[in-house]
Amino acid sequence: MSMKRLLALGVLVAAVLAGIVSYYASSSPDGLERVAGDKGINAKEEEHPLGDSPLADYGVKGVEDERASVGLSGVIGVGVVLVVGTGLFWGLRSRPGSREGSQSKPKTHS
Amino acid sequence: MHVPDGFIDAPVSVTAGAIAAAGIAVSLRGARRELDDLTAPLAGLTAAFVFAAQMLNFPVAGGTSGHLLGGALAAVLVGPFTGILVVSVVLIAQALIFADGGLTALGVNITVMAIVTALVGYGVFKLLVKVLPRTRPSVTAAAFTAALVSVPASAMAFVAFYAVGGTTEVPLSTVIPAMLGVHVLIGVGEALITGLTVSSVLAVRPDLVYGARGLARPLRLTVEPQKTEEAAA
Repeated sequence: MSMKRLLALGVLVAAVLAGIVSYYASSSPDGLERVAGDKGINAKEEEHPLGDSPLADYGVKGVEDERASVGLSGVIGVGVVLVVGTGLFWGLRSRPGSREGSQSKPKTHS
Repeated sequence: MHVPDGFIDAPVSVTAGAIAAAGIAVSLRGARRELDDLTAPLAGLTAAFVFAAQMLNFPVAGGTSGHLLGGALAAVLVGPFTGILVVSVVLIAQALIFADGGLTALGVNITVMAIVTALVGYGVFKLLVKVLPRTRPSVTAAAFTAALVSVPASAMAFVAFYAVGGTTEVPLSTVIPAMLGVHVLIGVGEALITGLTVSSVLAVRPDLVYGARGLARPLRLTVEPQKTEEAAA
């Protein structure tokens, strides 16, 4: 499989998981929330300072439909993480030529 | 396992922030050796995938759920240093954009869910890969086991922070078995997702999997530019 194909497929899988499948995720408390609630670890829990932000708690403010709200927030999240992550890792990568001595022509990438 | 604000006191949260910052700084240096033109986009994709998978809470026993942490998965796919950065990017985005995981707790969360899972996961993985036959199924089995262990390890890292800086006085004899029990179960889900994902990537592009470097490569009939091969350490 070509790299382009693999990346496209991967992004599609992530978008489908976050955009569609996420609606069907369990809404039960997670392991820590459950233990914290049962045992009283959460007695002094504080509200999240950004709890009123437009995408807080994986929903888009103003989108009434629950399915659309969760899905849209998930797709936005995948997009943001993909762009930030790829930008960071692209910047960090060791460039060909720096180690092998062969001079590669400057690459243009979007 | 995202820790909200108010579980851990200020001094220990600051300490955890320093640990997280140091871990990220070391990883930024280490990741340079793991990333190249091919694996850098894969690492970005891994971060997006971990974000998506973390939205998918699966039910475990008794009205409790869990989700992938992803540190072991990322470490096997793109390397341990890059793996720490992958999960850190996800956690920072979740805390800042989705109000998931506290802001003062960000250091705790990065330490517990990114650094501990990637390091413990990769440690277990390397150990197993050394003793198992050098085959693709071994890589998948090692990744599965690494993920399985990484979740209770992460839970115990949280307990360690709680022990020194918890804002409440729940005895550790109560906290440890409760946290361990549920996170062993969540670890099974983590292991299944990790094993499935690693085996899927191995099936299509085994050359891209960091943890499978050094496996004998299948003969290929394509003409490719010669690359210098590094013997596996």
